[in-house]
Amino acid sequence: MSIRIEQVAKTFGRTQALAPIDLNIADGELIGLLGPSGSGKTTLLRIMAGLEQADGGRIHFGERDVTQLHVRDRRIGFVFQHYALFRHMTVFENVAFGLRAMPRRERPSNADIRSRVTQLLEMVRLNEFAERFPAQLSGGQQQRVALARALALKPDVLLLDEPFGALDAKVRQELRRWLRHLHDELNFTSVFVTHDQEEALELSDRVVVMSNGRIEQIATPDELYRQPANRFVFEFLGDVNRLEGDVRDGVLTCGDAHLDVGDLADGGQELLLRPHEISLAGEPSAHTHLPVTVTAIVPVGAEVRLELEADWLVEPWLATISHADFERLDVQRGKRLFATPTHWHRFNAQTVAEPAAVAMS
Amino acid sequence: MIRIGDAPIVRRLLIGSALSLTGLFLVLPLVAIFAQAFARGVDIYWDNLSDQYTLAAIGLTLFVSALTVPINLVFGIFLAWLVTRFEFPGRRLLQTLIDIPFAVSPVVAGLVYLLLYGRNGWLGGWLDANDLQIMFAWPGIVLVTLFVTCPFVARELIPLMQAQGSREEEAAVTLGASGWTVFRRVTLPNIRGALLYGVILTNARAVGEFGAVSVVAGAIRGETNTLPLQVEQLYQDYNTVGAFTSASLLALMALMTLAAKAMLDRRAERREKNA
Repeated sequence: MSIRIEQVAKTFGRTQALAPIDLNIADGELIGLLGPSGSGKTTLLRIMAGLEQADGGRIHFGERDVTQLHVRDRRIGFVFQHYALFRHMTVFENVAFGLRAMPRRERPSNADIRSRVTQLLEMVRLNEFAERFPAQLSGGQQQRVALARALALKPDVLLLDEPFGALDAKVRQELRRWLRHLHDELNFTSVFVTHDQEEALELSDRVVVMSNGRIEQIATPDELYRQPANRFVFEFLGDVNRLEGDVRDGVLTCGDAHLDVGDLADGGQELLLRPHEISLAGEPSAHTHLPVTVTAIVPVGAEVRLELEADWLVEPWLATISHADFERLDVQRGKRLFATPTHWHRFNAQTVAEPAAVAMS
Repeated sequence: MIRIGDAPIVRRLLIGSALSLTGLFLVLPLVAIFAQAFARGVDIYWDNLSDQYTLAAIGLTLFVSALTVPINLVFGIFLAWLVTRFEFPGRRLLQTLIDIPFAVSPVVAGLVYLLLYGRNGWLGGWLDANDLQIMFAWPGIVLVTLFVTCPFVARELIPLMQAQGSREEEAAVTLGASGWTVFRRVTLPNIRGALLYGVILTNARAVGEFGAVSVVAGAIRGETNTLPLQVEQLYQDYNTVGAFTSASLLALMALMTLAAKAMLDRRAERREKNA
């Protein structure tokens, strides 16, 4: 079921939670709403569900205008941030709740409810836990019960509020993959809220980046990473290193550091670099002189993260290098190295993306 | 290693003084009530109990609490629901107003009702003209008892419902449940313990209220005397055994209330352990 959101806005008291927002979601898509807390992503999700009333605008599910429709008639499944399982009911009764709450005429027979719930519990691999109470389950198991419960009524749209927020990293990874799989198999339309960019990029078909009640960018994860629409998106999607300086005749100068920047306009400029876009060497090159001192070394998985400081830097840089480079350069705390940007990004004041330049190195 | 304050002498001293104070101030008077009531034998006790006026007082007391408890049960749930589930101007004020009956002396409450509904009161003229008697009759007793006991249920529910939040109810609604179904299958089971506790407290107070009731009841023997009033009247008549007989009934009800409360606490504890 496709979702069409037109000019939906919401104000709480004097704060504007959502500026008028437009968003189209195709049938069967998995959409991630990504943003920092207070960006309006949860408000948007709750308005889609009907748990919150928008101040203006319209929402369509397919051809159906649901703007004025009550939550219980919208045919949505909602997974709450902390699952909101019914604590006094067993897992089985939690999942059966929606079926039992149906009006008597439409309600399936007890036997049908039993078989449907059993099937759902099988799907989330919790058959053996049917008679347990929520408090007796781990976070990941509770999450799966919440999903089974939300799917029991075969909703057109599945909405998830920070579905993996409260879980530890490993369980989160596993559940993410599992949700993606489930989504592809059952083919409903899903929207989930997250503040974790990695989660949004890994799970979504398209990501909607939000801040301050506005949509900053709607794009596929790949596009989002390669062509961030503005500085906010760029900064939110990963670690950022800053280099500020004055450009004259194609050379950016900052204290005793300088860097060839090609045809960049003269005047004050700010360049942004991702940690993997910094290469390090033992000697300065002809065009670049960016001396830095290593202040911290953290080996993380396939790479090594280095914290770099220099008196021409306002805040320390973060660089990631391969273990091979790490050994070749014989990096130690306090060692002096020379940085070279392999790639940089620039956003002007209007927050319009400029094509990133490739440095000559 | 001995924990701080866990030296045997300190421990013995503390436990000993706590026990002796409890015995002196709480248990001894309770024993005295029953000792006095049975001072002249079981037969006399029984005679006093089956006295026409005492029976009437028992009946009235039970009648008042049978009316008060359900009304305040519904009112308390309604109030707690309102305060914890909705945002509206004056919500905080309402939360404070709930406590008025706790803050006001019951005698004052009784006087206020007398002022409002009494013959010379603001509504008294109208009531008189329509031949409705509220003061010095059971409706007045029920009214002041309602007033005095109205915070108990709400006070028990509000913190609990605030802590639990409305997420489970929202979840139930997204699953298509009607308002009544949400209340019956989600809200009520979650607040059942606190609700029972509130009912027990309401009942204890409704049965035992003296101050407010004594102002509005008018102490008409056999008609508007509740048990506490009966106790006091018998005592004034120098019928000590009779007074203590009625008092022993009140004490018995109190003990039963305490037992019920202890049972609930134990059950809640057990459930927590299982969860």
